[in-house]
Amino acid sequence: MISLAGRDILHAWGKFVFTGVGLGLLIGVTLTMAGVYRGMVDDARALLDNSGADLWVVQQNTLGPYAESSSIQDDVYRSLLGMPGVARAANVTYLTMQVRQGERDVRAMVVGVVPGGLGEPGQPPYLVAGRHLTRGHYEAVADLASGFRLGDRVQIRRNQYTVVGLTRRMVSSGGDPMIFIPLKDAQEAQFLKDNDAIVRQRRRTAENPAFDRPGVPGLLDAVIATQSVNPYVNAVLVQLQPGFDAEEIAEPIRRWQRLQVYTRGQMEAILVGKLIATSAKQIGMFLVILAIVSAAIVAFIIYTLTLGKIREIAVLKLIGTRNRTIAGMILQQALGLGLIGFVVGKISATIWAPFFPKYVLLVPGDAARGLLAVVVICILASLLAIRAALKVDPAEAIGG
Amino acid sequence: MVEQAVDGIRIEGLRKRYGSGDTAVDALRHVDMQVAPGEVVGLIGPSGSGKSTLLKCLGAVIEPSGGRMTLGGQAIYADGWRIPDLRSLRRDRIGFVFQAPYLIPFLDVTDNVALLPMLAGLPNGEARRRARELLEALDVAHRASAMPAQLSGGEQQRVSIARALVNRPPVILADEPTAPLDSERALAVIRILNQMARQFDTAIIVVTHDEKIIPTFRRIYHIRDGRTEEEAGEGRGFE
Ligand SMILES: Nc1ncnc2c1ncn2[C@@H]1O[C@H](COP(=O)(O)OP(=O)(O)OP(=O)(O)O)[C@@H](O)[C@H]1O
Ligand SMILES: [Mg+2]
Repeated sequence: MISLAGRDILHAWGKFVFTGVGLGLLIGVTLTMAGVYRGMVDDARALLDNSGADLWVVQQNTLGPYAESSSIQDDVYRSLLGMPGVARAANVTYLTMQVRQGERDVRAMVVGVVPGGLGEPGQPPYLVAGRHLTRGHYEAVADLASGFRLGDRVQIRRNQYTVVGLTRRMVSSGGDPMIFIPLKDAQEAQFLKDNDAIVRQRRRTAENPAFDRPGVPGLLDAVIATQSVNPYVNAVLVQLQPGFDAEEIAEPIRRWQRLQVYTRGQMEAILVGKLIATSAKQIGMFLVILAIVSAAIVAFIIYTLTLGKIREIAVLKLIGTRNRTIAGMILQQALGLGLIGFVVGKISATIWAPFFPKYVLLVPGDAARGLLAVVVICILASLLAIRAALKVDPAEAIGG
Repeated sequence: MVEQAVDGIRIEGLRKRYGSGDTAVDALRHVDMQVAPGEVVGLIGPSGSGKSTLLKCLGAVIEPSGGRMTLGGQAIYADGWRIPDLRSLRRDRIGFVFQAPYLIPFLDVTDNVALLPMLAGLPNGEARRRARELLEALDVAHRASAMPAQLSGGEQQRVSIARALVNRPPVILADEPTAPLDSERALAVIRILNQMARQFDTAIIVVTHDEKIIPTFRRIYHIRDGRTEEEAGEGRGFE
């Protein structure tokens, strides 16, 4: 027996290829949407991996430091360092903002780390060019995705920073490139007000009679001094010594230091389950709609192709072709169309993925699931056409 | 023997009523007909007289309302189908030729003809060999690998005759097979049908309006108002 579907496709290959390519672009968009979601999850994982932390110590009752804002005293890390099982603990600040360079500005996550603390959690684990932060002020290490180059001068708030090192794949959970600056500068950038605001605040403090006690000289100066430093950071990142269980160490910190502590698994659950959950649902909606549109297209094409062959189908039935054979022919054509579409879609997604501004991660598993979905959709879509074909009366071939 | 004599086609008292109640149409009231193996008979009658209805009944695509039909000595209908699998009946024992050739446009000439034996389970090579033999006999072998759209009307009709013959059916039903052809080609088609009838011992019924070919039949059935009358034809030209 010859393949009726195969012969028909070969005979009308132009039609098949054109609709296959159209369908393929749609499938490519679908695969890309899935890749966008995977990219977001991967960005979140990269953020956690590259931080090098085992525990995130943050403000009580918050989901910080990434999903919610968190603020804790910058000397907490000292008491953590004294705990058994803790290898390293480091202050860190995160601030997402526009970083200016000359005429342009880049959306970035500014990370404050202790200079010289190589290997401490929160530090960029490796550089692709330049050197790490060594001085206490006005140096920056930038992710390649920011587009900055060694020696560039970038502006964060009121200060200029020189880019001394470049790193790669250091991104926020939103996919924004990271820019590392010294912790002190970062604390200032996060909390410091502009000059006018400082002047106004000083005047208010000075006018407050409570601070202007004739008998207590220096009180006003001391109050003003505490107002102009920022003793807060967003989180302390903790690295454990090998062999210690994260949850075992987290529990006493939660209980005695009155702080929230997240382990790696909990942090990932927060990022994936909460921070990007809405985006994931958004993408899920798109996937559903794209699947429905693809199904409608396949159904429509196969249906019209079948209607165009009603005469031939009547003849095939008249000369004794089984319903099974006719249904198989239509089904195979739908699957053929789906396969052309899938191949075109996979290729186009692979071609255009790198041009997306955010990370698009095409996972083979998603492609496999996509292929399965295409097959299922094609089967469902061909049902309509098969129904029409089976209803054809062989008497039609004889005519009036 | 009596059975020998009824080889071919035999129809007795066949009736067909479309619909029911007030709108019922009695398309066939009482049809008697007999076609011997190797014989080509004409079936003529005014429009609406029931010619196509008769072919559809005989071709097992619609069910008669009563009467008897016998093919090759076997009763296929006697006030109800006597054969469970009508598709195999159509595939193996009845060949169809239509007014338009209705070839499958995506198969080449050989496979259009070979499709039937393939459907019946013959290996592709054997089916194609049979197809080519017939194409040879019908003088279209030189177009064996062309697509139907590349053939002339007459060539297409000859291919469709090859298709009707390829499973060596005892019966061929042809509905206006010469309508789209000029008189020379129409006569050629009738000549081929006669040759094939003799060569393969096939009983052939040709429904026609075509004045050019009516004189070629030796026997003609007239159908009027759902009833048949047999009359002798001129039987010219194909001795
Ligand atoms: N499916 C149907 N339902 C109801 N009536 C039908 C149906 N098919 C045919 N008829 C009626 O049966 C009668 C015979 O029709 P048939 O098609 O057999 O005529 P015909 O001899 O082939 O005519 P023509 O030469 O015009 O093709 C007509 O009156 C027609 O209206
Ligand atoms: Mg008719």
